[in-house]
Amino acid sequence: MAYSDKVLDHYEHPRNVGVFDTKDHSIGTGMVGAPACGDVMRLQIKVNEQGVIEDARFKTYGCGSAIASSSLLTEWVKGKTLDQALLIKNSEIAEELALPPVKVHCSVLAEDAIKAAIKDYATKQNGVAT
Amino acid sequence: MKLPIYMDYSATTPVDPRVAERMCAYLTLEGDFGNPASRSHAFGWRAEEAAEQARQQVAELINADPKEIVWTSGATESDNLAIKGAAYFYRKKGRHIITCKTEHKAVLDSCRHLERDGFEVTYLDPEPDGLIDLDRLRAALREDTILVSLMHVNNEIGVIQDLEAIGDLTRSRNILFHVDAAQGAGKAPIDLQRLNVDLLSLSAHKVYGPKGIGALYVRRKPRVRLEAQMHGGGHERGMRSGTLPTHQIVGMGEAFRLARAEMATDNERLLGLRQRLWDGFKDMEQVFLNGHPEQRIAGNLNVSFAFVEGESLIMALRDLAVSSGSACTSASLEPSYVLRALGREDELAHSSLRFTLGRFSTYEEVDYAVARIRTQVERLRDISPLWDMYKEGIDLKSVHWIAH
Repeated sequence: MAYSDKVLDHYEHPRNVGVFDTKDHSIGTGMVGAPACGDVMRLQIKVNEQGVIEDARFKTYGCGSAIASSSLLTEWVKGKTLDQALLIKNSEIAEELALPPVKVHCSVLAEDAIKAAIKDYATKQNGVAT
Repeated sequence: MKLPIYMDYSATTPVDPRVAERMCAYLTLEGDFGNPASRSHAFGWRAEEAAEQARQQVAELINADPKEIVWTSGATESDNLAIKGAAYFYRKKGRHIITCKTEHKAVLDSCRHLERDGFEVTYLDPEPDGLIDLDRLRAALREDTILVSLMHVNNEIGVIQDLEAIGDLTRSRNILFHVDAAQGAGKAPIDLQRLNVDLLSLSAHKVYGPKGIGALYVRRKPRVRLEAQMHGGGHERGMRSGTLPTHQIVGMGEAFRLARAEMATDNERLLGLRQRLWDGFKDMEQVFLNGHPEQRIAGNLNVSFAFVEGESLIMALRDLAVSSGSACTSASLEPSYVLRALGREDELAHSSLRFTLGRFSTYEEVDYAVARIRTQVERLRDISPLWDMYKEGIDLKSVHWIAH
């Protein structure tokens, strides 16, 4: 299986690995995937007063492409508003990393992860569970 | 020490230089290139002599009569010939076949093919250590069972089945017993004078011979009959037509001869190497051995590193050639069906690595591997959310996952 240079780079030097405090009001946490599928991504965003994502963290259990997809995503969301972040498409991630067809689902999971994190953040702000 | 390090001997082996040298003498104009079936001239006679000598060498490893050896293109073909050949020949006697979920695809897919043709197949579950429980097998036998097919050594976890006990059982019921010995021949002793095995598949490239050649042992006393799957000339007593590839056959013969001569010393050395590999990381947290710890071939170590996914680990161990039970490394997204059949949870199947050492593995390579594995497993656990959750004491089975 040949990995693209970008995937290898993210894999060797993942960006923004770590955790935020889930209880913090400015943090949104999304956890998607399942161990049974071999892919679990936890993505966290730190959103400021202006509704801009100022920082992000991730942890991933999964193959190289999954790790790279989530690492790339944390880079991309920084500086975006929540609405802008929601527009990120898995196809963009797949293209940037040159993922082969069999690995595209990793980028889909990453897209799911950011959406879940944003939803979690929104829920916290509204104080209502959806 | 050359990188990458090869630790995937169960996938294939390099041809032993001694084998390659022998093979070369049967290729060019200067060598014995004749067709072994050419009865009328010395070119044919010399090629035939070489093929027959190789037949003897293969037979000797398994203590069989050379007349009981049929050349094929490999163990996959031998499995097909044994299973389909026996099933079709004995179909009037019965239509029930028994095998196991952990068999090689060559056996499983042949059985599936027979199911589409009106045969009934029972796929037994192994015990969690990979071995077949004799009582379960006994309970599955029926009046119309004609064939039981169980492998000698499993390719993924390396466990060795009790062929003697199984053979005694099948013989007592007059049921044919086929054994896929591709991974076992030359690694664990096989004595067909003692074992009640009727059909045995052999592969050259798993034991330092060339790819593309194998054999099927077909018992003569009591006689086993097969319906040929390859027609065209009646070679190999009508069981498998096709010109014999002398160079390949000579290669297999020499490989088997060497295996017989060196099996004991090879195994002792491999056991030492494997133990050193296992000792290198068995003290790490959440590391599990897959398959029976003792009843396995010397060179196999199949290990799950919990909370780290197999393909990411293989990528991290780029200078080690190993294989994984992880779905990502197979074309489908399914984790190893063998590990699943053992009852391993999917995430441990996803987290598994298979190390298989061989004749050319060294201590230096093992030590290098251990160091890399420890570092990389730790690194990957640091970026794994599942490891975090484990450390926090969360039971992963209690979590509601949002899978897609």
